[in-house]
Amino acid sequence: MPSSPTRSAVTPSAPPLDLLGPPLDPVGSLRRTDVVVLGGGIIGLAAAWSLAEQDHQVVLVDPAPLSGASWVAAGMLAPVSELHAAEAPLVGLGLAALEHWPAFAQALTEASGLDLGLRTEGTVLVAATPDDHRALLELLDLHRRLGLASQPLTRREARQLEPGLAPGLAGALLIPGDHHVDPRLVARALALAARRAGVRWVAAAGSALRCRRGAVEGLVLDSGVHLDAPAVVLAAGWRSAAVDGLPPTLRLPLRPVKGQILRLATRTGTVEGPRHCIRALVEGAPVYLVPRRSGEVVLGATSEEQGADPTPTAGALYELLRDAVAVVPGVRELELTEVGVGHRPATPDHGPLVGPLPAGSGADGLVLAVGHHRNGVLLCPITAEAVRAAVEGDPLPDALGPFGPTRFSPDLGGATLEAWTPLPEGPAPR
Amino acid sequence: MSGSDALAPLALAGRQFRSRLLLGTGGIPNLAVLERVLEASGAEVATVALRRVDPEARGSILDVLARHRVEVLPNTAGCYTAAEAVLTAQLAREALGTDWVKLEVVADDRTLLPDPLELLEAAEQLCALGFLVLPYTTDDPVLARHLEQVGCAAVMPLGAPIGSGLGIRNPHNIELIVEQARVPVVLDAGIGTASDAALALELGCDAVLVASAITRAEDPPAMAAAMRRAVEAGYLARRAGRIPPRTLARASSPRTGLARLA
Repeated sequence: MPSSPTRSAVTPSAPPLDLLGPPLDPVGSLRRTDVVVLGGGIIGLAAAWSLAEQDHQVVLVDPAPLSGASWVAAGMLAPVSELHAAEAPLVGLGLAALEHWPAFAQALTEASGLDLGLRTEGTVLVAATPDDHRALLELLDLHRRLGLASQPLTRREARQLEPGLAPGLAGALLIPGDHHVDPRLVARALALAARRAGVRWVAAAGSALRCRRGAVEGLVLDSGVHLDAPAVVLAAGWRSAAVDGLPPTLRLPLRPVKGQILRLATRTGTVEGPRHCIRALVEGAPVYLVPRRSGEVVLGATSEEQGADPTPTAGALYELLRDAVAVVPGVRELELTEVGVGHRPATPDHGPLVGPLPAGSGADGLVLAVGHHRNGVLLCPITAEAVRAAVEGDPLPDALGPFGPTRFSPDLGGATLEAWTPLPEGPAPR
Repeated sequence: MSGSDALAPLALAGRQFRSRLLLGTGGIPNLAVLERVLEASGAEVATVALRRVDPEARGSILDVLARHRVEVLPNTAGCYTAAEAVLTAQLAREALGTDWVKLEVVADDRTLLPDPLELLEAAEQLCALGFLVLPYTTDDPVLARHLEQVGCAAVMPLGAPIGSGLGIRNPHNIELIVEQARVPVVLDAGIGTASDAALALELGCDAVLVASAITRAEDPPAMAAAMRRAVEAGYLARRAGRIPPRTLARASSPRTGLARLA
């Protein structure tokens, strides 16, 4: 019987580790370096690359770089459509982070010679039902009160921008400033740029931070090998708190928030994919479609408090597809290429923990770059810049001020973020 | 507090609580906001959907509730059949070591209305298994009576569909349920703002469960503080003996014996 060509339709593709070069054994000159970066997601890679560009010797420690949240993320650079009234402090950080993107993208493209799939057509927010439309109008009101660019669209205007939208939608907004990028292309470019800049990779897990006289001395690997460095960058996502040897007064309340996400692909001769990033509310449930120039369409995502559970579930996929089809009926025609599960590194207030530990904390030289939750791709450039600044003793970007590394550590003088900042001009009574 | 403004404790499923406001955690923007909501609401009980939270996961919503000494009332949200609900309740009992459960068996995704037949079936089974069952039910007094008769520890009629914020659409039915019930009545679902919660207590409900109205408000801690006061106000008003409604005015000050000022 002739064998028909098969392919595994829903297994995630592997990260491009070849671009990072072969992992090195920590011997000789590798044992002593300027900076050790623990964690090789896009945050750790971008930090390592930025430091290596400034002629620091950098060793990246990760048993499987890019295998975490970075590789499943959708890549939305969307602080305005992500806005939530109760998390208003995050929008300021998101907007500042977005400003770092163009220069970062240009530098990374130059350093790697690779495209990042950055798209700046804006994002279309869609309401499926009249109830969803009311929620969308509330968001529009919030945008106006905060002075954020946001434009209501008639249904006709929305369908001119996006002909694939379902005819029966209740309403839409255009967010011109919310963009997106392909995190897998960013990951490829970062891996190549880091290698070219001299970042060396050790395929190991970090097991303990080593400190002496209140300052960082280096990192102990799970193999028992010691790497000596006066600066250690902690960028291991939600697992970061598991590293031994952190100052006992440092509280790192990180938890994984499970996300299930699908990758679809347009097929020649059938429907086109969307042109913009489309984010929709369908009976109150959020769903998004992010198109790539390659024809890939990313459909996401669940947000589940299920710990580090890696299981894709039928119900989540059903609901994502059901809601996506309600908004863009042509989704039915796309090829299903991947089912991904990732874990967002979340803090209690959903803001990141970025910056150097203050003097006297017991770990001078330790820099945190963790807790990026849903916004790791958006916050990648500003975080890399903050890590570079922290290692070189420069001031951090202002927008990161409220998101310091000791925010949840009262014994280190940390003050928690004002979780809700009163918004200008309260809403009209309903 | 003394005499006229005393708030009697709430006896519910073998427990005593000072607060008559129960909190639903679904829709909370983040755990930092939840902490502020817990402080502002004074709630001593919070429901958690055991299908949506891994009880083993650290740093989760359960840790926050434990730190604030808020008792967890597991619910069976997301169940559509009695069989699913019974299994979910058993898993919750095993995971949390609790004997009570807020029983939810909904009929469909659109309305999330309770399925009366599956609900009664599940309630009967769970009571027989030794659970203290608090069923989320429609505002049908007959169904409420059936639920009580199979041994439920409370009844939790809806004011309006979950998350709708439409308030109490049929106050008369709630009064009928209150009038016949020998177990606590907890108004569940439909609350939109503080006056809805006050009305529930004025109608004679023993407590109110509020989720979306707080968690999805623009300022959740502020709405939690409002709900706390509304529940207290409604409870006191119910016992204060309201005046009978009249068609025409009745002056509040005497119209005879006025001082001659000119």
